[in-house]
Amino acid sequence: MTRHISEEGPTSAPRRDFFKTGGALVVTYSLGACTSGPRVVADQVAPPKTVALDQVDGFLAIDAKGRVTVYSGKVDLGTGIQTAMAQIAAEELSVPLDRVTVIQGDTLLTPDQGVTFGSQSIQNGGMQIRQAAATARQALLAEGAAKLGVERGTVGVRDGVVAPKAGGKGIDYGTLIGGGDFRLTVDPKATLKDPKDYTIVGKPIARIDIPDKVTGRFTYMHDFKRKGMLHARVVRPKAMESTLQSWNDSDCRKLPDYVGVVKKGNFLAVLGHTEWAAIAASRTIETTWSDWAGLPDQSKLWEYVRSTKVSKDEDLQKVGDAAEALKTANAKTVTASYNFAIHTHGSIGPSCAVAEIVNGELTCWSASQQTHLLRKQIAKMLSMRPDDVRCIYVEGAGCYGRNGHEDAAADAALIARETGLPVRVQWMREDEHGWDPKGPPTLFDYQAALDDKGNVLGWQSEVFIPDRPKDLAVALLTAELANLPHEESHPGNIQGSLAIPYTFPNIRVIAHWLAETPFRPSWIRTPGRLQNTFANESFVDEVAAAAGVDPLEFRLKNLNDPRGAELLEALAELATWKPRAAQVAASGDVARGRGLAYVKYDLVRTYVGAIADVEVNLKTGKVLVTKFYVAHDCGQIINPDGLRNQIEGNVVQTVSRTLIEELTFDRSRVTSVDWASYPILKFPEVPDVAVKLIDRPNEKPWGAGEPTSAVVPAAIANAIYNATGARMRSVPFTPAKVQAAIKLM
Amino acid sequence: MKISLNVNGKSVTITAADPHMPLLYALRDDLGLHGPRFGCGLGQCGACTVLVDGSAVRSCVTPVATVDSKKIVTLEGLGSAGKPHPLQQAFIDEQAVQCGYCINGMIMQAAALLQTNKKPTDQEIKAGLAENLCRCGTHLRIVRAIKRASEIAA
Repeated sequence: MTRHISEEGPTSAPRRDFFKTGGALVVTYSLGACTSGPRVVADQVAPPKTVALDQVDGFLAIDAKGRVTVYSGKVDLGTGIQTAMAQIAAEELSVPLDRVTVIQGDTLLTPDQGVTFGSQSIQNGGMQIRQAAATARQALLAEGAAKLGVERGTVGVRDGVVAPKAGGKGIDYGTLIGGGDFRLTVDPKATLKDPKDYTIVGKPIARIDIPDKVTGRFTYMHDFKRKGMLHARVVRPKAMESTLQSWNDSDCRKLPDYVGVVKKGNFLAVLGHTEWAAIAASRTIETTWSDWAGLPDQSKLWEYVRSTKVSKDEDLQKVGDAAEALKTANAKTVTASYNFAIHTHGSIGPSCAVAEIVNGELTCWSASQQTHLLRKQIAKMLSMRPDDVRCIYVEGAGCYGRNGHEDAAADAALIARETGLPVRVQWMREDEHGWDPKGPPTLFDYQAALDDKGNVLGWQSEVFIPDRPKDLAVALLTAELANLPHEESHPGNIQGSLAIPYTFPNIRVIAHWLAETPFRPSWIRTPGRLQNTFANESFVDEVAAAAGVDPLEFRLKNLNDPRGAELLEALAELATWKPRAAQVAASGDVARGRGLAYVKYDLVRTYVGAIADVEVNLKTGKVLVTKFYVAHDCGQIINPDGLRNQIEGNVVQTVSRTLIEELTFDRSRVTSVDWASYPILKFPEVPDVAVKLIDRPNEKPWGAGEPTSAVVPAAIANAIYNATGARMRSVPFTPAKVQAAIKLM
Repeated sequence: MKISLNVNGKSVTITAADPHMPLLYALRDDLGLHGPRFGCGLGQCGACTVLVDGSAVRSCVTPVATVDSKKIVTLEGLGSAGKPHPLQQAFIDEQAVQCGYCINGMIMQAAALLQTNKKPTDQEIKAGLAENLCRCGTHLRIVRAIKRASEIAA
């Protein structure tokens, strides 16, 4: 098979056949075994396995040796979900944990449980697996009793063996099902194990993946190889929407192991037999691009956001008549505006993927959080049938949302299609920082009115966030560049947690959905709820101060939620909160303070409260967060150590985002393209974190990957106010902004 | 050109078409090691860290030709899952991993640190790892793991 790859030849070199370039490329393709990571390559000979969400066989298999395989559509993004899913299944089936293996995010094998986002893996994905396991357990108990010739009610199961409760000979799962199909619909009412009998769920089980990760034995996406694989690098446009005018790879052809280019529209990639050859070629190839300068002036970003066309307004919460309440004569009024900068995901390992096409079927290995969705997007881009595309999850560097993994997968898929060979695409650092989709800029306006006793009469908030087209997906960059079919990009910013938990008599929360936003928008950890909770909880602090009430007391007074109140009281005890703590007198140039923030995530799930202790250098404006206290209630805890790890990570990452991080750009492109221009928090600035977990074994388990982040920015802002009297209303709280705010006082 | 390397106690010869190719690609692509990782290619994040004659070096910006005849140790060379190095064991004990992509650098940097400072304080550990980036926010566990390893080794 020999094909001409480029849509058109190089503009300054003769048009030529791709596979003659370099003369060394062997075109024959062998169906070689994967060279690494057997875990992630499924047996392709076996008959198709069901991936139906309502079938036990969608989620579970038990082989003749009694080993359990869990098929999870939710994937471990470094959060410990793989271990948690194994715990849930092992517990519900009553088998030892080491007998359970988890296959994740393989579109051929795992049910589509939705994107791994929104802190939904345990609460939705894990509960689907729990219900499937409960259904299987009931069936195995019945079958075991029948085989043993005893009454169903007289048997129990322990370590995968069904046996009479009174003692006697049992029969193991392997014998009962032994690799066969359950052929059972998941019973939503299948009796669940009583949490008081748990021996695996709720325990701080060590994570399955860690020994391999600390010894170099783990196969990350970046380590995954296919035989005969080419390496590719994408050559990026000069500006976000430049057109490729000409290119010349004459000098690349002098490089050893150089293969050629793939060009389609404005998509240009260079290929090598070795990774270094592809990198060297990407630095050697000559390109000319059209000028484009369509980005807003960063120094006027908020004016740009405020003046962006509004496609529609929407009331997100309406209680009483806020407009009328705000006009109350003699009321004390408070107003404030907040904004939250554009952030990048900042994965430590830039995105990477491998793709190949065999007999017209495309397989793509990717660290995508959304393999089922990616499959549809790639199929659309390449005008293939989704059934002819298989996406297989291989864990990569943490992504914290929809970063560049999917775009790298699409790059690899397109190049594999164009070359007919397996292809590995690795993004470079400047690709990840410069071209992954961004958390959009968000702007808020608030007003409140208080009576002379400090009661809130009315509360109104308005948010300016990008509108949401109908598709959930973030458009594939590859498809945009190559002018191939693609979806409209989903903005990623989310209205959740903008509505408030407080019982004010008049509330109005309005979203101004914006028609445009400067960068391809995406979700980044705690999307929307991070920005919304920053603004809400900062303004609550401002209103409490105007009312002359302690911030903790103010929240408790206006909450009608015993579970929330219990959490706040646990937090106060953890941090030894002193009511109406006056500002601590600054010692020398350093002022110290503490601030509080609270959220009930999306108003329907995980409760988090946090107190931040900060030191503010009054001269330099530099803020150091010295300690974070977190009280956390996500219902039933699956793995308390995994949960603590997540909470600590949420705090540290969000302290970084709050104090330091801000995308920079000129009129043409992102200019913060490395760790020097987009710095993140380093070890010496990391706060100590104290965590109080409230476990509720008999309640539904809720998510924990995001909610703690939501309370971090406001806790810091409120602590800076407590220390200095200055209100920080614009994230990040850079030294320059802090100095300016202190000077305003 | 042929370049001789001493990696994890073994002598190996690789053929490098370009002597300026960073060591990282020789380790990952020619020798198939998974420990050292590509993070930035700029020496800014530390994910690619290896020991060269006992010092922590950013292999993504170290030309392969410059380490000819030097002793290179990667994460795999410290220990294995069956026989982990005290640092690796301490990272397991403290569960000091989230995605783990940076962890190679954390362990290799810590190995170099503990060679010169056997009993570092928390502040010294933080200062010693100041140029190693972690995005998941595993810092507190990493510090605890290094402290634990230093106490076991002492």
